[in-house]
This record gives sequence, C-alpha cells and structure tokens, in this order.
Amino acid sequence: MGAIENTGAVNDATLSEAEQFLFREDWLLDQHRFDEWLDLFTEDATYWVPLERDQRDPWNTSSIIFDDRMLLEIRVRQYGHPRAHARLPSARTVHQVGNVMIVEDRGNELRTASSLVLIEYRKERQRVFGASVEHRLRRTPAGLRIAAKRVDLVNSEAELDGIAFLF
Amino acid sequence: MGMFGREQLAMMVRPDRVHRALYSDPAIFELEMQRVFGCAWLLLGHESQILSAGDFFTTRMGREPVIVARHADGSVKAMINRCSHRGTTVCEEASGHCAEFVCPYHGWTYRTDGSLRFVPLAQGYGPDVERSKLGLVNVPRVESYRGFLFASLAAQGPTLSDFLGPMKTSFDDMVDRAPDGEVEVAGGVFKHAYDGNWKLMLENHLDGVHPNYVHASSVQAARDAPDPAQPEKYADIAIRQMRQNGAPEAVWESIGVWTTDFGHGYLGDYHSDSRLVVGMDNPVFADYRGRLEQKIGKERAAKVLGVTRWNSIIYPNCSFMGQFRQLRIVHPLAVDRTVVYTYSFRLKGAPEQMFRDTVAFANVVNGTASWVLTDDLEVYERVQKGLAAQASDWVYLARGYGRDVDDAERTRRGATGTSELHIRSQFAAWLRYMTAE
Repeated sequence: MGAIENTGAVNDATLSEAEQFLFREDWLLDQHRFDEWLDLFTEDATYWVPLERDQRDPWNTSSIIFDDRMLLEIRVRQYGHPRAHARLPSARTVHQVGNVMIVEDRGNELRTASSLVLIEYRKERQRVFGASVEHRLRRTPAGLRIAAKRVDLVNSEAELDGIAFLF
Repeated sequence: MGMFGREQLAMMVRPDRVHRALYSDPAIFELEMQRVFGCAWLLLGHESQILSAGDFFTTRMGREPVIVARHADGSVKAMINRCSHRGTTVCEEASGHCAEFVCPYHGWTYRTDGSLRFVPLAQGYGPDVERSKLGLVNVPRVESYRGFLFASLAAQGPTLSDFLGPMKTSFDDMVDRAPDGEVEVAGGVFKHAYDGNWKLMLENHLDGVHPNYVHASSVQAARDAPDPAQPEKYADIAIRQMRQNGAPEAVWESIGVWTTDFGHGYLGDYHSDSRLVVGMDNPVFADYRGRLEQKIGKERAAKVLGVTRWNSIIYPNCSFMGQFRQLRIVHPLAVDRTVVYTYSFRLKGAPEQMFRDTVAFANVVNGTASWVLTDDLEVYERVQKGLAAQASDWVYLARGYGRDVDDAERTRRGATGTSELHIRSQFAAWLRYMTAE
C-alpha cells in the first residue's frame, strides 16, 4: 500500500462520490453483474491481489491474481461457460466496504484506501476474507473508472482453498 | 474404519482397478503415513533455500513437522520440530536464520544439527541423564540430487540414486536449462488446499484426457481472446497455456507417458518451446538461447532445449516441470484433506524476463485463484465426494491396460499418451510400500 497523504483537506463531495462508486462496484459483484463490473475498468487497468504481504511488484513474485484488462475479460467470460466447474454455481458473496479514505486527489485521478470484509458462500461452506484495498480512480467523460485496484488479503500467505470469485 | 492386513490390502489393488477405500478410509490413511510417507524419499526443498550455515526452513514429511537446516559444518540436517522435553515446536517460522533453536516453554536449546546444547536447571535431572539422547529427533537420511533436497524417515532403504533412477533426467532437464548450471527458488510460494485425498493430484498431473473436460471453460475463454503476437504481451502466456489445454485428442494420444518402478512418471513429447510460450522467434528466448550456447556450446544447448518433457511425478510427494520451472510438494493432512505448496525457480544466468514469464505462468496455472487450478480442485473434491458412495467399490483405471510396454532404463511406456499407466504404476508402488514387512 502506498503512503497515506492529504488526509486533511478532503472535499466531502469527492469522498461521497468515491464511496458511492466503491459501494456500487461491490454491489455489482454481489449481484453477479460481471459485465457491468468489467465496464468500470479502464482499458489500461490492472487488478492485483498480491500473494505476499508488502509485495513490491507483480513481476518478480507470484500473485493470487494479477490481471490486465484482457485477463479480467477472460476471467469474466469463464463465468458464463456451461462447464465452468468451480464457478457453477457461482459463489454468493457480500462485499462490505468501509473505512473509505481519499489518500490522494490529483484532479484527474483519485487514490482511495478502504477495508473489505467479504463473506463467500458456496456448496454448504461459508468463508470470510478481510483485505486492505487501494483503488486508483480516473475521471473520464463517463464518470469515475478504475485504473488500478490492489487487494491485500490479511491471509494471502495462508494455505487457501481455491478462490473462484472476485474481490 | 476397518483394520487392514497385508492380504486385504493386496486384494484392494487389482491390475486395472483399486478399491475406493484407498481414497476414503481414515485407517488406510494412517497406514500410508507410516508405510509410504514414513519410508519413501520425500522431496523437502532446494539447497538455495538454505545457503548459509544457520539458514533453515520448516516443512512437513507426511504429517511430521520438520526443520531443515544448514549446519555449521555445511551439511544439511532435517529434524523433527518437537522439543524432547514436553513436545513444543521449537521453530514456528517458515524460513529464517538462527544460531540455535530455543524452546519457548522451558528454554531447552538445540544446535542446528538438533543436538542438545543447554537445559535450564540441568541438575534437576540427576547425574545419569544422557544428553546425547535428548536432542531433536533427526530424520535419519538426507541427500540431495542436483540441489534438490530429499529425506527419508526410514533408516534403511534404497539409496536416493536408486529411488530416482531414470527420473534423474527430469531434474537434469530443469537444471541444465540454466546458463550458469544452477537454479534457485524464487517468486513466492502458492499454498493451496482441497478437501480430497493426496493421491488425486499426483494422478491428475499426468492425465492427458482431463484438460479438455476439466478446463473446458478456460480453454474456451482463451480461444475467444485475441491471438498472441510479437511482441509478447503480459496476457499472452495465459492465453497460450489455457488454449494448449484444449489440444485435440489426437495430440494427447500422440504424446508419451512413462513410469518407473517406484511409482514415478512423466509426460514426454508434450510440446516444443516453439508451440508454447517461449516461441523460437521471441527475442527474449533468442537472448536466452545465445547465453546458453555461449556457456555450453551450440550442440549441447540444442540437446538441452530439445527436451519436451512436461510434468514429472516423484512418488509420493512431488510434481515438477522444467520448462516453466514449477515444483509442487504434496502435504497430506487427512484422508480427505491435502495441501500443495508450489514453488517457482529462477534459471541462473538467464534473462530476467524469463523469470517474469515463470511468475506469469505460475499465476495462470498454479495460482489459488487461477482459471485452471480452481477447476482441478473442484474436480478433486467431487471425486472425494463420489467415492463416499457405498454402491460401488471400484475405481476404474483400465485405459490402456494390457498395452503398456517396457521401455529403456527401467521405464514402462503407456500405449498412448492418455494411458492410465501412471495411476496403475503409482498403485503398484503403493502396494509395495503398504505390504512391505
């Protein structure tokens, strides 16, 4: 996670706009509206769930997920296949996002930090995940879009069962 | 839960089928921990994880918690992670460096070879205590082959060299690809778990029929993506690899599956580098090839790069492959619960981008949230669930049965690449371990 700056002078309207955006992003995931969720990402976006705590880059260390926009599309497309075994049925989720902070506002781009608590239910089993999340949100003519999303799971280094849902 | 005598075990392994209890009965699992994981050579890791005296990592041998350490004299020691006093683990870190292991409970202190150095209030034990017998329990045999560390919990048995036999060539394939002649562990460790028996993964890794079915969804999603082109983009490795799983049946039939008498095996003739990620016209690969040729000569480099081996299984706890430098260690936790650790390796002396490709490959295929692995895990769990059914006792392993042939150097070859020979061979080895007197 990057350093937290500019914590003092945050415009209420900007914070509210960012919060509503993040709430909606997670709502789309919980509703399994994956195509609409994908539309929230810019063409040059990255989506990163590091494997290690304080991981510096996705190139020299593996990641639980490190996708560019093309790979994210493949991920979403996999959900629609009639033999996507680990995704049939798709996990039901609740993404609870909180502690939203604007950590940087450069005008055309915002950086936010938030906390995610995620409940996943699939096949008689429920799991809980917690994560620190950082978004880089870009202002576009269509509204805010995600240029980068990083999800640091508290248990990323643990022995984990397969993960077939999106954070 | 039944009691299983040796005759009964022998009846449960038939030439073309095995009894479902081998995957589902906790009593059999307990016997496996003693007779298979308690005897066989198990792969522990790699020398690059413990380069200097005092370096250590912790792991499991079967369910036994183990510390592997580089001792002051340069030798590698493996010892059970259990204080001789009251049983506390003396080391909790996954890896690190220390001069000695100190028990957190009462301060018993051990050297990096497991010998006991210090006991507080030693006079309380009287004069007759034999300190030499109160060290950490040593794993009796530790050996390495080309940097890969193995250990056996049995004091006697075949040498590592005999155990590996023809499988040494798979390790050679991995290491010989390094221009500097060495590989090292790097890039993080995936640890994925599933509710299924440990054998299921080892069987799956040489199974050439499953990709078209288990991985159908990722094959299709990758086919729908744009074709990879030069220059390579980040996504191309994933797209190529996922598409490769959808190769037609004729391709899987035409590759080879080989096994050895200890239950090991490998898939060969799987693909050439030009067909997969590191295409021959790729500038990074050209750079790498140049460096390799400079070090070992053109002729030898062509031979090294001409090996088209895919997964190799070292029974009972390891699966690895040289082409993308992946190695998986299987940790059985219970009859229906398994954890697999996946390591990546760097080829020393190769261009940095080669290792980045290894990392990207690991993310696609072995990542806990990957398109590919998640479907494998789902299927292992469904096999485990199905084998709880009492209506049928037998697991059918007959594809290619009766048509396996003896091949060079103590190996057998399946009639076609989709033969279930490897599973039959694994169970033949299993039965030898389980019924040995």
